[in-house]
Amino acid sequence: MKKLLLGNEALAQGAIDAGISGVYAYPGTPSTEITEYIQKSKIAQELNIHSNWSVNEKTAMEAALGMSYAGKRSLTVMKHVGLNVAADVFMNMSVSGINGGLVVVVADDPSMHSSQNEQDSRYYGKFAMIPILEPSNQQESYDITKYAFELSEKFGLPVLIRMVTRLSHSRAGVTTGERVAQNEIKLPKNARQFQLIPMHARGLYNQLIDIQPDMQAHSENSIYNKLTKGTDTSFGIITAGIAYNYLMENFDDGNCPYPVLKISQYPLPKKAVKHLFDTCEKILVLEDGYPFIEEMISDFLNENKKVIGRLTGDVPRVGELNPDNIGKALGFKVTELKEVPKIVAGRPPELCVGCGHRDLFNAVNTLGEEAKTQKVFGDIGCYALGALPPFNSINTLIDMGASITMAKGASDAGIHPAIAIIGDSTFTHSGMTGLLEAVVENTKMTVIISDNSAIAMTGAQDSSASGRLVNICKGIGVDPKHLKVLTPLHKNLDENIDLIRNEINYNGVSVIISQRPCVQLSKEKKDNIKHLLEIAIN
Amino acid sequence: MKINIILAGVGGQGILTIAAVIDTAALASNLNIKQSEVHGMSQRGGAVQSHVRISDKEVYSDLIPIGKADMIISVEPMELLRYLPFLKKDGLLVTDSNPFLNIAIYPELEKLYTEIKSYPNSLLIDAQKIAKDLGNSRATNIVLLGAASHQLPLSDESLQQAIKTLFERKGEKIVTKNLEAFNAGKEIAKEIFSQKVV
Repeated sequence: MKKLLLGNEALAQGAIDAGISGVYAYPGTPSTEITEYIQKSKIAQELNIHSNWSVNEKTAMEAALGMSYAGKRSLTVMKHVGLNVAADVFMNMSVSGINGGLVVVVADDPSMHSSQNEQDSRYYGKFAMIPILEPSNQQESYDITKYAFELSEKFGLPVLIRMVTRLSHSRAGVTTGERVAQNEIKLPKNARQFQLIPMHARGLYNQLIDIQPDMQAHSENSIYNKLTKGTDTSFGIITAGIAYNYLMENFDDGNCPYPVLKISQYPLPKKAVKHLFDTCEKILVLEDGYPFIEEMISDFLNENKKVIGRLTGDVPRVGELNPDNIGKALGFKVTELKEVPKIVAGRPPELCVGCGHRDLFNAVNTLGEEAKTQKVFGDIGCYALGALPPFNSINTLIDMGASITMAKGASDAGIHPAIAIIGDSTFTHSGMTGLLEAVVENTKMTVIISDNSAIAMTGAQDSSASGRLVNICKGIGVDPKHLKVLTPLHKNLDENIDLIRNEINYNGVSVIISQRPCVQLSKEKKDNIKHLLEIAIN
Repeated sequence: MKINIILAGVGGQGILTIAAVIDTAALASNLNIKQSEVHGMSQRGGAVQSHVRISDKEVYSDLIPIGKADMIISVEPMELLRYLPFLKKDGLLVTDSNPFLNIAIYPELEKLYTEIKSYPNSLLIDAQKIAKDLGNSRATNIVLLGAASHQLPLSDESLQQAIKTLFERKGEKIVTKNLEAFNAGKEIAKEIFSQKVV
C-alpha cells in the first residue's frame, strides 16, 4: 500500500533506500522534517545511519563530504539561506568532486513563509556547475533522491536537489521501492583529488569544465525532462518542478492543449527548448522562485519578445506560484466570489504563553534611562518575534549570528548601549566567532544569550549549546566578572533589570546568559538539561 | 469525484488531526490525496490552514484554487472567515463557536456569529462543549469532522475505522470517546439542518 508522506518525508525515505550512511543537517524551515524522518526511522536506526544534528550547515556539509571521501553515500540538508553558510565547502567540493555519492538538499521558501528572503538555490547549482534536480511531486521526491545518488557517483560530483515549501510540506500517497545496501569504505583512487592546493585545483577545475557536455547530454535524455506535444502552439510552456502541477490544475483532467516541457533536471535540455522555440509562437516559463530559466532563454536585448514569465510581468515577479496566478497568465479569468469579511483581524505568530524570551524582553524594555539610547541587535529564532508588538524590542534581524557582529560594528561607530540578543543554538551556529572578535578588542557591548536549550522555532530540536555556554564564553576569553547568568521569570524582573543595567554600563564586553528551557520541551528533556547545567557548573 | 477541503485554525489547535483522519480514510478507500500543512514560524499562535484534496483521479496542485473549496472546517470562528475567497458557491462552512483570544483586537463575538449565520450552508457549533460533555474536551476537532462528514465522499465506516487506526496507540477509551465525538457531530449537524429547512 502507498504511504502517506510529506514531500520531505518521501525524500528522506528515498535517501534511506539509496543506501546513505549518514545525514548531516541543521534545522531550518522548510527542510527540517527530512532529517527528523531519518532520526525517527527504525530501519535507519538499525542500519546505524548517522542522523544527529550538526552545529551549522557548513559543518554539516563538510561532514557529509568526509563521509563521501570514505566512499560512503551521504546526504546533507538545509534551508536556502543555510546554503549561504555552507557556500564555501559547496563551491569547492564541486572542484574536488566526491567519492561516495553526495546529495545536497536545499529547501527554498518562495513567499518567505519562514525566511528573510526567497533566494533561488538553482543559481548556486549553476554557480558550482553541478547537476540540479527539482522534483514536482511527492512520488518524484522519493524517486529522484535515489536517482540523485546514482547521478552523483556517475559524474563524481555532488548533486543538488531543490525543494520548495509547498512540496516539502504537502502529503500524498507514495510508492516506495527496494533499498540499496550501504557502500563499504573505499578511499578515492586519486590521492590528490581532495587536496585543493592551486596546482591540483587547476587540473581538477579543468575536469569539472570538461565534464559539462556529458552533464548536458545526460539532461537532454533524462526521464525527468519530459516534452508533451500539444494541439495549440500559440503557447509553448516550460514548467520547473512544482509549477507543473499548478499548470495542470487549470485544465480538466490535466488535458493541456499547449506543448509542455516539464523540467526536473538541469542543465536545461537544449533540444527540447529549441523545439518549443521552433514550433510555438510564445514561450511561457513557469518556475517557483527567481526567473532562472526565463533569464537563461530570453534574449538580452528583448528583441524577439518571445519568452514571457516573471520578467515580463505575465507571472508575478515575486512570491510563490499557485493555480490562480498561473491561470491568469494563461488568460483564464479568476473570479473571487467572496472577499474576506472586514471584521476578520490579522493573527500574526507570537511567542508562546510562559516563554522565557517574553520575560527577557520585558526586562530589556524597562531598563530606564539607558533604554532611550539603546540599540538591540537581534538574531534568527523565535525571539525574532521581539521585533513585533507588544515588545518592539529589537532593531535589526539579518542572518544567523549577525546580532553580535552588528552590535560590535555599531559600538565601534559610537552607539551605546549596544546590545546583542542571540539564542543558544544560533550562538553556537554562528555567534562564537563574532564574540571572539569583540573579546579581542574588548568592545563596549553586551551580548545576551537567550538560552532556552533548544532550536525552538523549528520544533525544539536538541541544541549543541545545552549546558556548554558558560564554558564556551570563558574559553573565548570573556572576563568571568562580566559573564552573568539570570533566570527570566516575572518574579525576577527587578533584579534582572539591575543585572543588565550594570553590564551595559561596563566599558567592555559582557555576556549575560538568560537561561530557562523552552516551554515546548518535554519534562524528560527539561530534566536532562538541568542535569547538563549541573555538570557544567561543577 | 473530487473534493477540496480547507481546514482552519490557530497554530497549536490541532487541525492536522482532522486532516489525518480524512487522509487515512481516503488512502484506505484507494483515493488520491494531496494535503498541505504549515510548519515553522506561523505555527506559534498564528493563523494556520491545511488544504486537503481528494479525488479518484490524479490530484495535481497541492493548493486549492480560489473559489474551488467545497467546504471549510474551522476550529475557531474568526479563522473560518479568513478563507472565504476559497469557498465555492454554496460551499459548506463548519466551525466551533469558541474564540481563541490571543490578539489585541478581536471582533465582537455577536457580529462574528451574525456574519457566519448569514451563509445558509453554515454550521456554527459549540463543539468544545459537546466534546467536554462527552468527557473528552480534546475531541473538539472530531466533533467538527463528524458535523461535516455528511458531505465527505467517504463512508462513515471508513472515517470511523480511520479514527480507530489513528487513536489506537492511546488506548481503547480514547478511541471510544473519539467515535462518540464523531457521532455527536453527525447528530448536531442533522439537527441544525432540519431546523433550517423548517
